[in-house]
Amino acid sequence: MAKTMYEKIWDAHLVHEDKETVSVIYVDRQLVHEVTSPQAFEGLRISGRKVRCPNKTFATMDHNVPTRSKDLALASETSRRQMEQLKKNCDEFGVRCFDFMDDDQGVVHIIGPEMGLTQPGMVIVCGDSHTATHGAFGALAFGIGTSEVEHVMVTQTLQQKRSPTMLISVDGELQPGVTSKDVILYIIGQIGTAGATGYVVEYAGSVIRDMSMEGRMTVCNMSIEAGARAGMVAPDDTTFTYLQGRDFAPKGDNWVKAVSYWKTLKSDPDAKFDKVIKINAGDIAPQVTWGTSPGQVTSVAGEVPSPDSFEDPVARKAAQGALNYMGLKSGVKITDIPIDVVFIGSCTNGRIEDLRAAAMVIKGKKVAPSVQALVVPGSNRVKRQAEKEGLDKIFVAAGCEWRHAGCSMCLAMNDDQLKPGQRCAATSNRNFEGRQGPGGRTHLVSPETAAASSVTGRLTDIRIFLANNK
Amino acid sequence: MDPFITLTGIAAPLDRSNVDTDAIIPKQFLRKIERAGFGKHLFHEWRYADYDGLKENPDFILNKEPYRKATILLARDNFGCGSSREHAPWALYDFGFRCIIAPSFADIFYNNCINNGILLVRLKADEVDELFAIAAFGASGRIAVDLEKQVVAAAGKKYSFSIDPFQKECLLKGLNQIGWTLQFGDNIEAFEKKLAVEKPWLA
Repeated sequence: MAKTMYEKIWDAHLVHEDKETVSVIYVDRQLVHEVTSPQAFEGLRISGRKVRCPNKTFATMDHNVPTRSKDLALASETSRRQMEQLKKNCDEFGVRCFDFMDDDQGVVHIIGPEMGLTQPGMVIVCGDSHTATHGAFGALAFGIGTSEVEHVMVTQTLQQKRSPTMLISVDGELQPGVTSKDVILYIIGQIGTAGATGYVVEYAGSVIRDMSMEGRMTVCNMSIEAGARAGMVAPDDTTFTYLQGRDFAPKGDNWVKAVSYWKTLKSDPDAKFDKVIKINAGDIAPQVTWGTSPGQVTSVAGEVPSPDSFEDPVARKAAQGALNYMGLKSGVKITDIPIDVVFIGSCTNGRIEDLRAAAMVIKGKKVAPSVQALVVPGSNRVKRQAEKEGLDKIFVAAGCEWRHAGCSMCLAMNDDQLKPGQRCAATSNRNFEGRQGPGGRTHLVSPETAAASSVTGRLTDIRIFLANNK
Repeated sequence: MDPFITLTGIAAPLDRSNVDTDAIIPKQFLRKIERAGFGKHLFHEWRYADYDGLKENPDFILNKEPYRKATILLARDNFGCGSSREHAPWALYDFGFRCIIAPSFADIFYNNCINNGILLVRLKADEVDELFAIAAFGASGRIAVDLEKQVVAAAGKKYSFSIDPFQKECLLKGLNQIGWTLQFGDNIEAFEKKLAVEKPWLA
C-alpha cells in the first residue's frame, strides 16, 4: 500500500502497536535543554532509574544563557542555578552536554542539525515545541512535555497515536524579497493558528524543493504555530550534501547504507493525505504580523485590519484585544509603524544563511538612531562562521549589537527583554503578549525585513528598500 | 498521579481564544527546578497589576469571588497553544484546576494535562457558550463532570464528550505511564537488536 513519509517513519519505529488505543514508538534522538529537563532528571533520581540510552541523548544550554558576554555571572541567580543543575544532571546520568562554555553550545534546534545529530528517518524529540525544525531533514520530530522527557529517558520510547497527515504544497515562483519565513507566515495566516492541530504536515512543491536546508528548517520550525504535531520535508540531495561529513553523520559504509535508506523515505506518488493544501508562491508578499498570535499576519504592503472585518465573533474579539495590546489602530499602513528594537536570531532565523541575508541588506548602512538592533547567532559555530566571513564587522559598523549564541530575545528568559510598550521587528516565531518582555510588542518578520526596518526605523517593505538602495 | 473520576465545582469563564502557555505561565517562572509552587504565578500578567505579583488586577476572573475557588476552567478555541512547557499544567493544577472545557486545545498541552491528571473536555462552541452563561452565575452555576459516563452536567442539561479510551483509563486509574510502557521492555530490547543489524548508524 502506498505510504506517506510520515507513515513510513512511523511504521519503522513501532515497538508496540495498538491501532485502537495507543502505540509505543522508538525514539532515536532526545535533545535536552536546561528549562524543561530538571524535573525529569529529578524523577529519575526519585525512582532510582537511569537514562536508558545516554548515547542517543544530547543536552545544551540555550534558553537562559546571557548573550552580552561569555560570563555566567551575568545570568540571574535562578538562571545560573538551572544551568548548573543541567550540567550536574548530565554528569550524573552520563549525558553529553554542550554547556555554556562549550565551543559547540547553541540553540538546541540549531546545533542538532549543524552537528549532524539530526538525520532523515529518525524520530527526534525535545522538551521544546520548536522541535519540528528537525523535520526539515525528513525526520519525525516534535516537542514533548517534561513528563514525556522523563518517559523517553527511561524507556527510549513514547506513547503515541498515529496522527492524520496534511500535505502543504507550495508551487510557482517566489517574488524577489520573499523568503522561507514569509512562506511559513503566509501559510499560518491562510490556515490559522489551529489549522493543522493534531496533523503531521509534509511540506512539498517546487518552492520547498528549491529551498536550502536553512530555509526548510525555518518553514518546519513554525509548524507548531499552525498547531501541527510535526512538519517535515522529504530528504533529497540538498539534505545529503548538507549532512555529509558532519560530526555525528554516518561515516564510510554506514553513510552509503544510510543514504540508500533515506532515499526510500519520500512519500509514495499515490500516497493519500488526510488533507491537502495548495499554495501559489506568487501570492506571497513579505509578511508582517500585526497582532498577538502568529496567524494575525498580513502583507507588508497592507494595513492593520479592522476587527469588524472578521466574521467570526471570537476572531473579532481576539483582533480587538490584539490591537489594544499592540497599540495599533485599524487602517494604519504597516510600513508607517515605527519600531524601537530589532531582533535577528532564534531557532527560526538564527542560522548562518539568515545572518548572511540580513548582513547583505544592512551592509554600508546605519541603524536608525532610535533603534536598538540585536544580532544573536543561533550557535557558537554560526557565530564563528559569521566572523570568518566578516558579517560581524558589517553588523557592528551599521550599529548593531553582535551577541553570543542563545535564545535571547525570542522568549526573553535572560536579560535580553523589551521594555513595556517597546515595539520590535523580530525574526523569531511568537508574537504572544509579553513574549519578548512584559508589555513588549512583537512583529514577526524575515531577517531581510528586520534588517531593512532597523535602517528605516519602521516596518519596511524589503522590495522597495532594495529598489531604493541599488 | 491522582485519579480523575468525577468532579463538581465552580467554573471560571476565561473568555479569550488562543490562550498560549506563555500567558498561562510566563517565562520568568520557568527557572525553578522543582515541579511545585507554580500556582501563584498562573496567568501572572493578567492576574496581577504589577510585575512582582503583589497587587491583584481586580478585573481578572480569578481575582473575583467565587472564582478564586474554581476547579473547572472554561476556555475558548486553541487553549494552551505555543510552548510545550509542562509548567503550564503544573500551574493550573497547583491553583486547583482539575478540568478544562473548551472547543479545542493545542496538541502538546493536551498530552501534558493528561499526564498530570487534568481532564480536558472538548465540546462544541455553542455548548461552551451555554456553559459560559451558566458559569456567570458563580457558585450557583456549578458544573459537574463525570469521566466514566463522559458527561458534563450543568443547569439541568447534559453534554456528552468523547475522549481517547486509553487516556480515559489513565485518568480514571491515575496510571503511571512509564510503568505502563515498561511492560513492553522485551519489545524495546528486540527493537534495539534489530536496529543494530538493519540500521547500524542508529544503534
